[in-house]
Amino acid sequence: MTEQETPLWEVFIRPRNGLAHRHVGSVHAADEVLALDAARDVYTRRGEGNSIWVVRSDAIAASDPDHADETFDPTADKIYRHPTFYEIPEDVGHM
Amino acid sequence: MADQALLNALIELADDHNILSHRLAEWCGHAPILEEDLALTNMALDMIGTARGLYSHAADVEGRGRSEDDLAYLRVEREYRNCLLVERPNDDFAHTMLRQLFFAAFMEPYWQSALTSSDETIRGIAGKSVKEVAYHIRHAGEWVIRMGDGTQESAARLHAAMQDLHIYTEELFHASEAAGHCARAGLLPDRTDLRETWLETLTPIFAEARLEMPEGVPPQIGGRDGLHGEDLGHLLAEMQYLQRAHPGASW
Repeated sequence: MTEQETPLWEVFIRPRNGLAHRHVGSVHAADEVLALDAARDVYTRRGEGNSIWVVRSDAIAASDPDHADETFDPTADKIYRHPTFYEIPEDVGHM
Repeated sequence: MADQALLNALIELADDHNILSHRLAEWCGHAPILEEDLALTNMALDMIGTARGLYSHAADVEGRGRSEDDLAYLRVEREYRNCLLVERPNDDFAHTMLRQLFFAAFMEPYWQSALTSSDETIRGIAGKSVKEVAYHIRHAGEWVIRMGDGTQESAARLHAAMQDLHIYTEELFHASEAAGHCARAGLLPDRTDLRETWLETLTPIFAEARLEMPEGVPPQIGGRDGLHGEDLGHLLAEMQYLQRAHPGASW
C-alpha cells in the first residue's frame, strides 16, 4: 500500500459547539469518506468531539522553518501590541 | 413458557453479537492498516456491549443465579444458538466486511423495530445499538463499494466472499420457536418481516460495488438448533479459555 494510494489526511476535531476545530493528528485513507471514518474511529473513541474535518496533508501550505527568524522574531520586542497597557474600568469586571 | 421463550430468544440474539464481536476482535493487531485495526475493534466493542446487555437480561429473566459470564463462557458449542453467518471465519478483509454488512443491514431495522418492544430493557438496548449498527452499515458498506469497484484483486476477493457467505444470510430471517413466540408477544421484532428493508439497504451498495447476490442456491441453516460448523468450536476454545482455566476470574 503506497502513500499515493492512501495519502495522509490531517484531522481536526471540534470538542463542543461554539469552539474551534483543533488539529488532533493524522490518518491514512484512500479518499475523504474513508478519511472521515478513520478519523472518527481513531480520534473520537472517548467522546472527544461532535464535528470532524479532514484535509489532505499535501493541500496544506506551511511556513518555512528556515525562514523562522525573519518570520517570527521581529514581533519579540513589540510588547505594546499586547493589550496589557490599558486600564480596565472596574465596572467591566473580569475580562 | 413465556419466560423460557424470552430467555432462549435473548440468548440467540446475544450469541450472534458475542460471536461476531469475537471474530472482529481477532483482527486486533492484524488489520491491514492501523486505522482499520481500530475501526474493527471499535465495532467489536459495540457488539460485546450489546451482547452483555442481552446476556444480563437473559440471566435476570432466567432467575437462577447465572451471570452474563456464565452464559458467555460456560456453555459448550451445541448450546450456542448464534446464526451461522456470524461464526464464519474472517478469511480476508473482503469476507470480514461483507459479513459485517450482511449482519448490520439486518440488525438496523431489527433494532429500529425493537424500540417499541413491550420490554423496557430491550427498548434500552435497542436505543443504544441502533446508532452503533447504523455506523457499521456505513463503514462496511463504504469498504464493500471500494473493494467491488476497486482493483481486480479486491473485486475478485469480494466476489469470492459473496459466494462463500450469501448462503448463510437466509438464516437471519428464520424465527426459532422462541423468537416467533416473542414476536407474537410484542417483545422482539418479527425476523421474517425484515427482508425488504435488508434488501433496500444492500441493493444500492451492491450496485455501486458491481456485486450481485446469487439466487436460487439452497441456504445453510442450523445455528439456532445448535448445529454449527467446526469453526465455532475453535473460536469458543480461544474465547472461553480464560474462564475455563481460571474459573470465576474477573476484572
